[in-house]
Amino acid sequence: MSQRLRLNPIACEAHGMCAELLPERIMLDEWGYPVIDGEPLEPALVDHAKRAAQSCPTFALLLERDRTRD
Amino acid sequence: MTGSSPLMTDAPPIAEPDVAPALPRLLAGIPAHGAMSLQEHLTVHGPAPVSGKRGRRNPSALIDRIDRAGLGGRGGAGFPTATKMRAVAGARRRAIVVANAAEGEPASLKDRTLLQKLPHLVLDGAILAAEAIGADEAIICVCESAVATVDSAAQAIDERLRTSRQSSSAMAELRSDRSPRLQLATVPQHYVAGQESALVNHLNGGPAIPTFTPPMPFEAGVRRRPTLINNAETLAHIALIARHGSQWFRQLGTPTQPGSTLVTLSGPVAHPGVYEIEHGASLASLLEAAGGTTARLRAALVGGYAGSWIGEERLRGLALSDEHLAPHGASMGAGVVLLLGEEACPVAETARAARWLAGQSTGQCGPCIYGLDALATTVEEIAGGLVTATAMQRLDRLASLVSRRGACGHPDGAVNFILSAADTFATEFADHARHGRCDACAQPGVLPLPAQPGKPTVPRKAVVR
Repeated sequence: MSQRLRLNPIACEAHGMCAELLPERIMLDEWGYPVIDGEPLEPALVDHAKRAAQSCPTFALLLERDRTRD
Repeated sequence: MTGSSPLMTDAPPIAEPDVAPALPRLLAGIPAHGAMSLQEHLTVHGPAPVSGKRGRRNPSALIDRIDRAGLGGRGGAGFPTATKMRAVAGARRRAIVVANAAEGEPASLKDRTLLQKLPHLVLDGAILAAEAIGADEAIICVCESAVATVDSAAQAIDERLRTSRQSSSAMAELRSDRSPRLQLATVPQHYVAGQESALVNHLNGGPAIPTFTPPMPFEAGVRRRPTLINNAETLAHIALIARHGSQWFRQLGTPTQPGSTLVTLSGPVAHPGVYEIEHGASLASLLEAAGGTTARLRAALVGGYAGSWIGEERLRGLALSDEHLAPHGASMGAGVVLLLGEEACPVAETARAARWLAGQSTGQCGPCIYGLDALATTVEEIAGGLVTATAMQRLDRLASLVSRRGACGHPDGAVNFILSAADTFATEFADHARHGRCDACAQPGVLPLPAQPGKPTVPRKAVVR
């Protein structure tokens, strides 16, 4: 079962922790907000993604199970 | 269609081959002054059909009929109405219907006109939709600035209540004692106030600004109940499909976009206003119905401020349906056709509209707050001239940074509008970038934009009458 990252753009306040913890998949735009592609995460990155989501000060980063591929 | 309408059941109507597809449908008998009364409404359209036994577990056959009719939502997205109804009808809790006439799009007047002049058509649709999905309540949402519409809708609801209290045998068809409760709520004037999650948020006592989804309104909407939000015009079509059936509905329009549609036509035409056309009708026939143009055209904005520009050279032979508009990168949206005369400067107009759209951000999502502002600034710089050749590339880059990154579709719509302008008016944009303002730039703007971008930052409680 694959997992994906999703952002709550209303909650996000551009702290930028996520991009520090998961630079492989998250970059920041010119205003400091994360750009997330929403593609399934490769298994090697899931733990890092989990840490990025848990570290978000506003709980704006969500790690979601991909329901379509399980 | 018949003179003495017997009470119809959910059985499909008998096809009447002698009945030619004819317009008007929704606008039939529209009064020049004031609103159509309930009695006049029943004379024009006949009583609404009685739906059979229904409940939360037994959704009405009306939904199947709407499905066969191929009715798409008329609020802009065009989502299949039957699919939406089924999603709510299948939920466990009792549902609520919301009739959406918030109409935040400044270039659209069709919902407020429909509800003001023909309120009972919308109320019929709301009641029928509520019955079909087992809802006991329907909330009619109107923009607070559309004062005449608010009054008219309130009077129409009162009229129904009085009629049901009198409960005379002549009005027995209305079955108002079993009808869902009708309520009226006003919505702040703001571009995104009519967005579904914003409307739900507002009706739940919060500000009329979008929320993060899921839950979607059909899962947990007003008071956490499954909520069917339909555009006012969509509900009016349901009122007629319930009476005349899906075959009748499909006698107009295209196979993929059946039926008639309301269009708000504005700009340099003799009689701007709300018209009912069939999907696929030519732009030329619409302009003719409006008494012709009063100036040479430069372009038409189709679909409103989230829509697309179509240049004058492509307007001849243009047909108004999504499939006909798709090759031009446009769609009907909420039925807006805004004409731009040749004397107006498209770059200055785009700059004004882009700034207005940026001001309509509810300030919740970073890419929308900063991205739309940066886009508006870039268009203003181009309009003012003396910018480097990279300004146009910056538009593209900003657009890709903003698209699909908001909680609602507002940034996407604004980006679509700005990129479409830059594409359609590429020559004018390039001229302005190089040489600065043109003579027409100094003219006051012609695109209809509310003077004050009302920002719903302060929570305002929904006024439920």
